[in-house]
Amino acid sequence: MLKTLIFGFLLGIVGTVAAAWYVPVVDQYRESSIISVAPNGGNTESFRINIPTDRIMMGAPMQAEPLPPGLRWPTEELFDGVRVELFKVRNTRETVIGIASRMVADSDAIEDSVEWVLHLPARGTFYVTMPAQPADDVRRVGSLRAGTREFRPMQGEVSERWVPNTDDDDPEAPDGHIEIVTSFVGTFSDDMTETALTEGAL
Amino acid sequence: MIRYVAGLLSGILLGVFAAATLLYLNPLASRNPLSPLSVTNNEILSVGYSAVPTDSIVYTNDGESRIKPHPEKVRELWEAPIRRSEVLVTVVTDSRNNPAGIGIKFSSDSEKSRVINGEALVDSAWHIHLVERGSLFVEQTENHWNFLRQIVLPAYWSSANHWKGLWNGNMTVGPGALGTAAVSGGTGEFAGLESEAVEAINASAYSVSQGPVAMDGRLTIDVTGDVELTAVDVTER
Repeated sequence: MLKTLIFGFLLGIVGTVAAAWYVPVVDQYRESSIISVAPNGGNTESFRINIPTDRIMMGAPMQAEPLPPGLRWPTEELFDGVRVELFKVRNTRETVIGIASRMVADSDAIEDSVEWVLHLPARGTFYVTMPAQPADDVRRVGSLRAGTREFRPMQGEVSERWVPNTDDDDPEAPDGHIEIVTSFVGTFSDDMTETALTEGAL
Repeated sequence: MIRYVAGLLSGILLGVFAAATLLYLNPLASRNPLSPLSVTNNEILSVGYSAVPTDSIVYTNDGESRIKPHPEKVRELWEAPIRRSEVLVTVVTDSRNNPAGIGIKFSSDSEKSRVINGEALVDSAWHIHLVERGSLFVEQTENHWNFLRQIVLPAYWSSANHWKGLWNGNMTVGPGALGTAAVSGGTGEFAGLESEAVEAINASAYSVSQGPVAMDGRLTIDVTGDVELTAVDVTER
């Protein structure tokens, strides 16, 4: 009887330790990436944000109808030139795969800019800065400043453009969508490759 | 026969309990080493924020967690790929606690979390805009193990479902080799900056029903050689 108890005790310890070692505590849900190879090298990927359905927050001074309702934007004059938006991000199959922030700063002290951070939990995060003026009245093009995990060894450009909805037949259709297109090329320095391999990005 | 089965099951339960206690009390996992930036002679930029969701501009998560989104009607992150994520949009302050800009923090549970190593890891990224100065991106891995062990669990065990005390801890454990976050400058005076940072939490009250009740966070960012410090930054030094 005592031997059985001791055997069970040891089995319990070993089982718990093995479970703590092998069973993942977190398993992020993954959607397959939809990436295409660009003709001049690198790869491109498109993301979309349906407006208004994917907009989580719009922070700006003196809004008549704040989003979300009840939002209190800081009243200090300091924040008059800052506009922050938060969105859900979809892939081209219209599945939500991440979250994004878009920050616009209008200031006399520094150059006006538009910034994006796209956070894709299963893949990583990347940070993009764009000039305030669109390159061709339609598309604003900026550069990748930093990336984490899958996006760490990357460099390249990101563009944003507003695509209005032209389907008047569907009353449920969004007003339009923001299209974000990334065009990234991997930078394979020894350090980068080693880091990416360690993190499982390659 | 039944006696032996009962003995085996009792033994297994005792073993599971003993192993769980060992993991919980693991002294090797409770280290909270000194941040390399707290002993540096480099120039430091300090950015603070309130980590209490109701103090924020917007806080959202899957809507089913212990901590409720704020404001109440904000869209929740219920879709499967973002369900284990949360976003905090908040006013960030300088070292004198004056408003200095807006910070957005994205956090997602990390698949590298390992209970046996005392690692409850969170991958997070800060998008910070300091008004009239510029923008920064801070990437980090945080370890919430000590926070969970020393604040959240004691709150659950308390008869009042509440924890009160004084707790200071560095949350950042990577990706830098010395347990520092990676900083990339974006615009303004921070353009081109590549540096390191550490995020620390200062908690004094936690409730099971509301989450953090009194809790502040502070990012300490090394800006040596790249950024001209303001009088407030210098005061912090």
